[in-house]
Amino acid sequence: MALEREFCKWSFCAKPAVETVETDLLLVGGGMACTGAAVEAAAYGKVTGLKVTLVDKAALDRSGAVAMGLSAINTYVGAENPVNDYVKYVRTDLMGIIREDLVHSLGCHVDLSVHDFQEWGLPIWQKDAENHTVDGQVARDEGLPMLKDGGKCCRSGRWQCMINGESYKVIVAEAAKNALGMENIYERVFIVKLLTDKNNSNRVCGAVGFSVREHKTYVFKCKAMIVACGGVVNVFRPRSVGEGQGRAWYPVWNAGSTYAMPAEIGAKMVLMENRFVPARFKDGYGPVGAWFLFFKAQATNAYGEDYMARNWEQVKKEYPGYADAPGTCLRNHAAMIEMREGRGPIMMHTDKAMQKLAEVLSKKELKHLEAEAWEDFLDMSISAACLWASMNMEPDKVPSEIIPSEPYLLGSHAGCAGLWVSGPAKNYLGAPDDWFWGYDRMTTVEGLFTAGDGVGASGHKFSSGSHAEGRMAAKAAIAFILDHKDDKLEAAQDIDEVIAEIYLPFEIYEKYKNYTSAPDINPNYLMPKHVQTRLQKLMDEYVAGCATMYMTNKPMLEEGLKRLTWLKEDAQRLAAADLHELMRAWEQYHRILAGEAHLRHILFREESRYPGYYYRADFLAIDDSKWKVFTISQYDKDTNEWKFETKPYVQLVK
Amino acid sequence: MPSFVIVEKCDGCKALDKTACQYICPNDLMVLEPEQKKAFNQEPEQCWECYNCVKICPVQAIEVRHYADIMPLGSSTIPMRSSNDITWTIKFRNQKTIKRFKFPVRTTPEGSIDCFKGKELPKLEDLKKPGFFTAPARTE
Ligand SMILES: Cc1cc2nc3c(=O)[nH]c(=O)nc-3n(C[C@H](O)[C@H](O)[C@H](O)COP(=O)(O)OP(=O)(O)OC[C@H]3O[C@@H](n4cnc5c(N)ncnc54)[C@H](O)[C@@H]3O)c2cc1C
Ligand code: SF4
Ligand code: SF4
Repeated sequence: MALEREFCKWSFCAKPAVETVETDLLLVGGGMACTGAAVEAAAYGKVTGLKVTLVDKAALDRSGAVAMGLSAINTYVGAENPVNDYVKYVRTDLMGIIREDLVHSLGCHVDLSVHDFQEWGLPIWQKDAENHTVDGQVARDEGLPMLKDGGKCCRSGRWQCMINGESYKVIVAEAAKNALGMENIYERVFIVKLLTDKNNSNRVCGAVGFSVREHKTYVFKCKAMIVACGGVVNVFRPRSVGEGQGRAWYPVWNAGSTYAMPAEIGAKMVLMENRFVPARFKDGYGPVGAWFLFFKAQATNAYGEDYMARNWEQVKKEYPGYADAPGTCLRNHAAMIEMREGRGPIMMHTDKAMQKLAEVLSKKELKHLEAEAWEDFLDMSISAACLWASMNMEPDKVPSEIIPSEPYLLGSHAGCAGLWVSGPAKNYLGAPDDWFWGYDRMTTVEGLFTAGDGVGASGHKFSSGSHAEGRMAAKAAIAFILDHKDDKLEAAQDIDEVIAEIYLPFEIYEKYKNYTSAPDINPNYLMPKHVQTRLQKLMDEYVAGCATMYMTNKPMLEEGLKRLTWLKEDAQRLAAADLHELMRAWEQYHRILAGEAHLRHILFREESRYPGYYYRADFLAIDDSKWKVFTISQYDKDTNEWKFETKPYVQLVK
Repeated sequence: MPSFVIVEKCDGCKALDKTACQYICPNDLMVLEPEQKKAFNQEPEQCWECYNCVKICPVQAIEVRHYADIMPLGSSTIPMRSSNDITWTIKFRNQKTIKRFKFPVRTTPEGSIDCFKGKELPKLEDLKKPGFFTAPARTE
């Protein structure tokens, strides 16, 4: 390390007030997973007397990935679909390696959350008696049966149903708030670190964070915990520059806390090499799903050629066995071939699709259809609508460009990075013995659970599945607490030291800021922005970002790791001038750890399992003989070392 | 596309202890300038353009100027959200094309959700079995 390590001695910044909160179950995060966990835990809380507390870095009404709203519920199995088919679809999309016990049990539960959403007031589009599509309010006004009573939702694809989802998050938040009571909810508290038990270092017993609004630390002591802080955004350099950087596809505020905090106390992670590179409407990140599935639009290269058809023979040769029912990454791969060979940009022909529909629809239906096309954007990616307006584009008249974006790490959308967790029951569907260790969705750290983006090897849960999974984890966590009633827990960490570490960026800033005439440029520290830029640049250039068209190899990864290691050291010199920057500082730290896990996993897996998401140029093939396995890593914070192991993938659903 | 605050319209939420925009922004971007008592976006390049501050401002003082690195000037996208629907007015750069859409946002009154209403509380012996307190899980 180049610069001597600093410690916060409170010589330059004031000590914060400390509030200690004792609870039984702590929910860290307030997104889909934790709002789900909140209602289920509150119900069992009523019958057991256990106390449940939720802490979110933002305001529950609009926090997490659903802050803007959504235009579809992407996972609703429905009575017409067997759960096994859902498992097969997820398996295909994630290139053959998923935990089928997790995916199957999720498939058995997810619809229950959707039924509750409808009851709570989420407008879900339905089909009326004549099989016409009606929006969610009309469906209620017309008295159509609810989904739980056999009502039919309007599908945009086999597993999706359309909603008027502007207030989706407000609705699930309201259910959670009313169930838990505001007195048990802490908003605007950013959790930085988890605490472990003095007598059992593999047992979680609390979390420490700080208020982003006042100079105050919160120490939560608990018997069990669910950490569900979403995925990781902005670990890679985004395609946007300057002002537009905040317009990432996934929400910029999910900074990898879900992975970094458990990893720091030794929780095992799985498939962290996986990532999601969404192909979206360029610059505005408008969703494409409804255009493909609902409006039946075609995407082509610049010359109007169907790039899937054009490249399919080649893709079949490159990835035999995987191209017959291509997953999302392989469809990206076909588009990337076009881009690499100079036949971009890729265009989505919204115009042709709508003109075709105009041939069969009445004027009124057509007007409705236009509104639907805009609503798809306005409900969940407003800038995409703004982009159309700013460029005078009407989707029924001109096509729009689509492009693969920068990579994201997540476990609930079309990706499966995350923590290695216990399955729902012993030998569930014939699962191997070592996929279950007592409590559903518990990580390898005792008492520490996760859900949504946190659970690895089980993607395609989306909003509804994350909510349902939060509820599953909540039940298991309550069971864990009841089974461990007599445990006496005491934090192994010295709380004062943890607090001092959290506020170190203040101390460093105050200590050195007057050394230079411009506080942002100072040889003694880095501001959060600097750390973010450096991380993004190295991930982009060495770890298969957009800069190299998603290509990397061993020497590049090793160079990246060298730079990342320096950055991790320098992160101990993060400085912050106010509470907002202090949060940014710790977000960067969490991003670095998540990014490191990603890099090391890609280095470990010597094949290209997810072509179209990333390529190991030195191992371009998919090598099922060696790599049809779960890659599992474990970080040791004390030695700063990572250990890797593999476990065979086992197919449970034939 | 970062949000911006129109000076004339913002009344600082009448000096309440927390302003609406500051309360809601998921990324902690909106702050009140202490002297003028006007809100502003402190980190525009981290704005997701989620429009939550725009929707919540009681006096419509917040709008969005689309990202300078991407979008040509001149268009606007303005929501008006009520307790059960949202109306969008979209003006194109050409100043001629105007689109207006109205969508429902919820079918129940604000604040009314009670997830225990009409449901029995769970039984402890069901804790380790599949299903939620609201209904049993599918078995297959
Ligand atoms: C653009 C976009 C489109 C999508 N489209 C769809 C769709 O059409 N249909 C669908 O079903 N799903 C869709 N999804 C997916 C869905 O939103 C996610 O699957 C789901 O929100 C994941 O739930 P989660 O609880 O894991 O994370 P989130 O809902 O993101 O919640 C994370 C929570 O953690 C909090 N948090 C983060 N860090 C900390 C910390 N350190 N301390 C305290 N709190 C913290 C956040 O404030 C937030 O409350 C989409 C997502 C995006 C972004
Ligand atoms: S919500 Fe509106 S009125 Fe209130 S401080 Fe923000 S901009 Fe000003
Ligand atoms: S648009 Fe969203 S992210 Fe941007 S300032 Fe407003 S609330 Fe915050």
